[in-house]
Amino acid sequence: MAILSQSEAQGILQKVLSFSKADECEATLNGQTGGNVRSARNAISTSGGVDNVSLTVESRFGKRSGVATCNQFDDATLRNCVQRAEEIARLAPESPEYMPLLGPQKYLTSANSFAKATADITPDYRAAQVGASMKLCDEKKLTSAAFLNDAAGFVAKRNSKGLEAYQQTSGLEFSITVRTPDGTGSGYATADYNDASKFDARRLTQIAADKASGSRNAQALEPGKYTVILEPAALVANSDASLMQALMSALDARNADEGRSFLSKKGGGNRKGEKLFDERVTIYSDPLNPEIADLTFSGDGRPQQKITWIEKGVVKNLYTSRYWAQKAGIPDVPRPGGWIMEGGSQSTADLIKGTAKGILVTRLWYIRPVDPQTLLYTGLTRDGTFYIENGKIKFPVKNFRFNESPIIMLNNLEAIGKPVRVNGNLVPPLKIRDFTFTSLSDAV
Amino acid sequence: MKRRDFVGLTGLAAGALWLPSVPGFGGTLVDPARLLEPGLDVAVKKRLADAALNAAKSAGATYVDVRIGRYLNQSVFTREKQVQNIASGESFGAGIRVIANGTWGFASTNQVTEAGMAKAAQLAVQIAKANAKVQKEPVKLAPQKGHGEVSWKTPIQVNAFEVPVKDKVDLLLAANAKALENGATFVNSALFQINEQKYFASTDGSYIDQDIHRIWPNFSVTAIDRASGKFRTREALSSPMGLGYEYMQPKAQDKIAGPAGTGLVGYKYSYDMLEDATLAAKQAKEKLTAKSVVPGKYDLVLDPNHLGLTIHESIGHATELDRVLGYEANYAGTSFATLEWKAKNLPYGSKNVNIIADKTQPGSLGAVGYDDEGVQTGQWDIIKDGKLVDYQKIRDQAHIVGQNKSDGCCYSQSWQDVQFQRMANISLQPGKEKMSVDDMISKVDKGIYIAGRGSFSIDQQRYNSQFGGTVFYAIEKGKIAGMIEDVAYQTNTVEFWNSCAAVCDQSDYRLFGSFFDGKGQPSQVSAVSHGSSTTRFNSVNVINTARKIG
Repeated sequence: MAILSQSEAQGILQKVLSFSKADECEATLNGQTGGNVRSARNAISTSGGVDNVSLTVESRFGKRSGVATCNQFDDATLRNCVQRAEEIARLAPESPEYMPLLGPQKYLTSANSFAKATADITPDYRAAQVGASMKLCDEKKLTSAAFLNDAAGFVAKRNSKGLEAYQQTSGLEFSITVRTPDGTGSGYATADYNDASKFDARRLTQIAADKASGSRNAQALEPGKYTVILEPAALVANSDASLMQALMSALDARNADEGRSFLSKKGGGNRKGEKLFDERVTIYSDPLNPEIADLTFSGDGRPQQKITWIEKGVVKNLYTSRYWAQKAGIPDVPRPGGWIMEGGSQSTADLIKGTAKGILVTRLWYIRPVDPQTLLYTGLTRDGTFYIENGKIKFPVKNFRFNESPIIMLNNLEAIGKPVRVNGNLVPPLKIRDFTFTSLSDAV
Repeated sequence: MKRRDFVGLTGLAAGALWLPSVPGFGGTLVDPARLLEPGLDVAVKKRLADAALNAAKSAGATYVDVRIGRYLNQSVFTREKQVQNIASGESFGAGIRVIANGTWGFASTNQVTEAGMAKAAQLAVQIAKANAKVQKEPVKLAPQKGHGEVSWKTPIQVNAFEVPVKDKVDLLLAANAKALENGATFVNSALFQINEQKYFASTDGSYIDQDIHRIWPNFSVTAIDRASGKFRTREALSSPMGLGYEYMQPKAQDKIAGPAGTGLVGYKYSYDMLEDATLAAKQAKEKLTAKSVVPGKYDLVLDPNHLGLTIHESIGHATELDRVLGYEANYAGTSFATLEWKAKNLPYGSKNVNIIADKTQPGSLGAVGYDDEGVQTGQWDIIKDGKLVDYQKIRDQAHIVGQNKSDGCCYSQSWQDVQFQRMANISLQPGKEKMSVDDMISKVDKGIYIAGRGSFSIDQQRYNSQFGGTVFYAIEKGKIAGMIEDVAYQTNTVEFWNSCAAVCDQSDYRLFGSFFDGKGQPSQVSAVSHGSSTTRFNSVNVINTARKIG
C-alpha cells in the first residue's frame, strides 16, 4: 500500500480531519517502498526492503500544539491517533513562536519527480545491477564496495484551514569504491536519478575502476596552496557533509540576524544584498527542473518555487521559518530541497585541458566544521587525486587534508564547468586557485 | 495509567511535538505515560520468535535469528527561557535475519503476530535466495552455543522515563538561566533518553531478554560581541552514559577538579549541569578575547572528555575488523591496521598505550549482556604495551583471522535495521604510578591543555587526523598560562600514539561517550564509551585555524 493515489491519500486525510475536535488540525501522509543492496569484497554483504506508510497528525488548541503518528489506517487507529495528538496538545505549554496553519496554497505541478521505472524495481533487478558491477571488478581483478538504494513514494497533506497537497516522488542512488588488490589504488563514482531507467551500474563501476587503476603508487607533494579541479562529487558528497551543502545550509536568516553566522553583520543585521562571492557564482533552486525534480511544497506546506539564492556573487535571499519572517519583517521563504549552481559548457576533462598546473580531486571525505564564524571546514581528498601539468593528468598524488572555507573558495574561482546531478543537486566541476592543503595523508 | 498520573508525568510537557531530526530517534510519537507501560511478556515473545524461526527454517534457512524490539526514546529541547520541543517515541517490531543458500537475507515487520513474523521470515529467505544467485562464497559463522532463556539489564538506579517531564524541563531551563546570568547571549540545551527492550532468539537455542538504558544531557552556550561581530560557543562537558536519571543528580564524589587556573571540573558517574552551564557562559565570553595560538609543536595534555574522541577515531574505528577487511570501503573507508600490518608487529603506540575493549563496563554506553547475534559479551586486549594484539569481530568474520569466536560486537539501531559490526567500548588504561593532572602539567615546559570535543576529522584509513576541542589553555613552564583560541592539532595515528609520554592514574579515569556514532549503508547509529585518564603527548603539530573572509 506504500504508494497511495491522490484520491486514496486525501480520502484518509479527510477522514482524519473529520475526527478532529481541535481548533486547528493538519495531517500528513508519507509512503515509501523500495530497497537496498550493499556489497563489499565483490560480494553482497547486506540487503533490505522498505515498505511503509505513516500518518502524522498535528492538533492545536490556541497556541498549544500536539503531534502523534501511526502507520495503521483502520478507523479506530486513525481516531486514536487524532485523540492522542489532542491529548498532548491540551497538556502542552503555549508556544511563543506559534503561527496559525496555512490556508489553501497554489503549488506548481511537477511532471518529473516520479518515474514508474523506479517504482517497478525488484530484488532481482538490484541483484542483477550489483552483480554486473561485481563481475566487471572480478574481470579486472579489482575489489569493489558499493551501495544501491532506491525508493518510490508520495507525500500528501491536508489541514482544517483548507490546505491540500499531494505529490509522488522516486529516486535511485548508487555509489561505488573500487580498490586495487595491492591496496595502492582507489577510485570512486556516484550517481543518482529520479528515473532508474537512466541507471547503469556497470558504466559507473568502469569509471571507478579506471580511477583505481590510475591512482596506483601515488607520489607525495608538499602541502600548500594549489589550483584544484573539484569534481562535482567532491563539492556535494552523498555520504558526508560537503563544502557546497555547508554554504547552502548557512543561508538561514534567523542565525544571521541573531549574530551567529558568517552572514551576520557587525553591529547587527545580516549581509543579504552584499557581494560575497565571485561574480560568476549564481545559485538557485527550482523544484520543476527536469533533472532534479523535487517536492513543490515544504514540510510546513509552503509552496516551493524557483528562487535565486546567490546571483552574480550577491546574496539575494535567505530562507526562514514563518515565525522569524513575521517577527523580522522579511520575506517568508522556505528552505529549498535541491539547488542548481549555474555553470558553463566545459566538462571536467575540458577543465583539465586548460590547466597548466593543478590537482584533480575526485572526492572529499570526513568534512567537519572548524569555525562557524568563517565557515572554515576541514576534510581530506580520497579515491582518486591526481597531479595535472600542461593540460594532462601526469601522475596520482597522495591524499591531502584541506582547511578551507567555501566563501574563500568561491572568491578564488578560475573556471566553472557544466553542472551534473549529485545527490539531488546540479553541481558544476570548479577550478579553484589557492585551495589550502595543510597536511598529507598516507591513506589510500 | 490514570489521567492524573499522566498529567504529573508530562507536567509542562509536550511543546511543539515532532521528532527531532536526530538519527536513531525514530518511532511513533506517544504520550510519555506510554513509555512506562510494560512490553510484551517474555513467554509471548518466545512464542512469536519461534513462529519466525520455524517459518524461516521451513522456507529453507540454515540459520535464523529474530530480534523483537521495543525502542523507547524521549528528547527535551529548550532555548533560553522556552521549551522548543519535547518528543516521546516508541518503535516496536521485529527483524529476522537468515542464511539461505549460503547468503544473508533480512526482513522486518511491525506486524508482530505469528502470521506477521512468519511472513517476514519467508521474505528474508526469499531475499537471501535472490542474492545468492550472484554470491560466490557461502557465509561462515563462528560457532555459538545457545544460552537458553536468559536476561540482562543496565544497572540503573532511576529510570529516566519515570521522572516527570516537568523536572527535566525545569533542570534544562535552570541551566539556561545560569548561562544567561553569567553572560551568555544564547543557550540551547537538550536531554536525550533511550530505553531498548530487546528480545533475541536464534536457531542456536538462545532466548535473550535485555533492557538497556542510556542518557545524554547537553547544551551549547553562545557569546556574541555585536560591535566586532565575533561569536564563540562553549559546549557542555557532560558525557552521554549508560546510566539512569541518577546521572543528573550531582554527587561530590563524582567531581574531579581540573587543572589549577582553569576552573574546570571533570564528571564521573553524575553530572552537575548548573555548575557546568555557569562556567560555560564565563568561558564563552572569555573565548571572545582569548589569544590566538601561535602554530608549532606543543606537548599536549588531553582531558578524558577530549581524548575519548581521539581514541574513538584513531583506535576504535581502526581496529574494527569489518573495516580492516573492506566492508566499509565505500563509506567510512578501510584501516591502516591491516592483517599484514599487524603481522609485522609494528608499534601502534608507546609502551604507555594499553587499550582494552570492554562490552561490560558499568556506566558505559556500549554495555550489554549479549550482542545482537546472541554472543555473550566480555573484555579483551586490543593494544598491549603499544602493540596491536587483536581486533573487534562478529561471527561471520572470526574465521578470516583464524579465530573461532566472535567478540560480541554485533548491533542494530532498531528492529527494522539489519545488525552488523559496531564498536565496543574502547578505553585507554590509566597509568600505574600516582599522577594528578597538576603533576602532569608541572612537567610541561611549552604545551596546551585541551578539554571537550570540538571539530574532528580523520582520513578513510585512520592515519591523518585533525582535532579541535571545547576549551584550550596555554601551558608555560609547568603552569596554566591563560585561555587560547583557534587551536587544532594534526597528527598521524601511529606517530601520535607513539608520542604518548604519560597517563594519569586511576583516580582521574572517566568515560567519554559518542551517542550517535554513524556507520554503514544505509547509515545506522550506535552509542559507545571511551575511558581514559588525562594523558600527555609530546611534540604534536598544532595549527592556527583563524581565517579572514572579508
